[in-house]
Amino acid sequence: MGAEFVQLSLTPMLIGVLAAIACALPGNFLILRRQALIGDAIAHVVLPGIVVAFLITGTVAALPMLLGAAGAALVAVVLIEAIRRLGRIEPGAAMGVVFTTLFAGGVLILERTDTSTVHLDVEHALMGNLESLVWFAADGWGSLIDPAALAALPEELPRMAAVCLLVAALTALFWRWLKIATFDEGFAEALGLPVRAIGLGLVIVAAIAAVAAFDAVGSIIVIAMFICPPAAARLMTSRLGAQIAWSVGFAVLSAVLGYVLAGYGPLWLGQSNALSAAGMIATVSGALLGLAALFGPHRRREGAVAGA
Amino acid sequence: MPEIALAARDGHRVPPADADSAARAALSIRGLTVSYGEKPAVFSVDADFPAAAMSAIVGPNGAGKSTMLKAVLGMVPRLSGTVSVFGAPIEGMRRRLAYVPQRASVDWDFPATVRDVVLMGLYPQLGLIGRIGGAHSARAEACLARVGMADFGHRQIGQLSGGQQQRVFLARALAQEAELYLLDEPFAGVDAATERAIIEVLKDLRAAGKSVIAVHHDLATVRSYFDHVFLINVRPVAQGPVATAFTSETLHATYGGRLAATHLDELALAAI
Repeated sequence: MGAEFVQLSLTPMLIGVLAAIACALPGNFLILRRQALIGDAIAHVVLPGIVVAFLITGTVAALPMLLGAAGAALVAVVLIEAIRRLGRIEPGAAMGVVFTTLFAGGVLILERTDTSTVHLDVEHALMGNLESLVWFAADGWGSLIDPAALAALPEELPRMAAVCLLVAALTALFWRWLKIATFDEGFAEALGLPVRAIGLGLVIVAAIAAVAAFDAVGSIIVIAMFICPPAAARLMTSRLGAQIAWSVGFAVLSAVLGYVLAGYGPLWLGQSNALSAAGMIATVSGALLGLAALFGPHRRREGAVAGA
Repeated sequence: MPEIALAARDGHRVPPADADSAARAALSIRGLTVSYGEKPAVFSVDADFPAAAMSAIVGPNGAGKSTMLKAVLGMVPRLSGTVSVFGAPIEGMRRRLAYVPQRASVDWDFPATVRDVVLMGLYPQLGLIGRIGGAHSARAEACLARVGMADFGHRQIGQLSGGQQQRVFLARALAQEAELYLLDEPFAGVDAATERAIIEVLKDLRAAGKSVIAVHHDLATVRSYFDHVFLINVRPVAQGPVATAFTSETLHATYGGRLAATHLDELALAAI
């Protein structure tokens, strides 16, 4: 675990950890608001948005990507509403139809587009390019204090760190609003809190996290991290603050363990090829959720059911 | 339309149109209409609820009682109408009112303790990031004690009975230290001990000069619990002091054929 680890594994692992945390934080509130599907929908519609934004601007810079994703989200919302009304089907089904169709459309456009100059293809969209985000300039732990080496860090790392910090700061700042509006929207409204803006803000923050993470780690991790760590965390505790902490813990554990298992697991089993880190990270988060569901101390809820 | 006939003929539905009565009222509503889709849920309500008194909003299921309260608070959009609290528009008076939603309107599986929920009532004092100090904690404890839940502060809310949930909601409202308390069905599905505890707290509030308005469904207790009543069946039917506005005639007008004559006899309302 020396120079080679720092050069090849440290930055991908850190980016995976930061992406996992950035998605898990808003995921907690989405799940408590029974809006887990929205996280799923965001992660899907990001793809066509990013592809179309690339077609228009020719770059994969952060701002056009974000605007593209926002535009796609807007199209998705309009389509969901139209299908719900014209087709008279329930919102969940309308959402499921729209985001899978948009995602599939995004895949088709991507296949027909010349993206050879940038990291944008179907495989990348699903699994990201975590393994390729290596730190060539590093030659050991000492590089962490070497300005020249630090300047050559893969640009995804500072970007993901900034987004993760932003998500964490917003969660902390609006903690009380999020808590009250999520638990009891009517009471929050009576207090005069802007409950609609809070709900919208949460979705926007989730979308920012999704766009930033999507670029580095792909949609599989984004979808998994919105849901698995928070859902597992809820089974470990019945305090909101502790749930957030557990979800961050699970997100970090998924990213680190998934990355290590993908890289070294096949070697340990005597095989030569490494597995997809994104796929393994998502799988580990699902396995952790499974373990929490089986052994978590708060998996059984007691007392009266609301309305009983 | 018997209720309209009654409203027109009967002096009980005092159309409270003058500015004077609105200024004295804890809550004053003018021309309130709310609609879900094409059918109005609340139609053309004028109402004044007196200060330092306990008022009931009474009517059959689907009569718009809860909708009226939600429209007052801006939780459902008003088609028309104005609402004032102690003579001023409600928008600037939110810190002087406390709202107790229906117990079943929230998910009690939410990860929080009883104390967490009561502290939500202190939000207006705390702001976004103000620290919860010893004084705040003491106030939360005191409010829990007033509803008989002093030992439950660290209990997970999912472990509470229906009556205990209702008490926690009331404690949260007490923590707001408001002037006007709006309660949506506070006695729905609670045990007898809880009902007694809640009514004691509400009477204490009235004794302290606070105003209480509750959506209420149990006709049998209107007389013993409340001073003032507002009868509604989409349209306002009658309002005034319980002694004069809560009669067999106004009830028939509110409930139509849905209220059996024997039930009215049980309420001993015939002889007034």
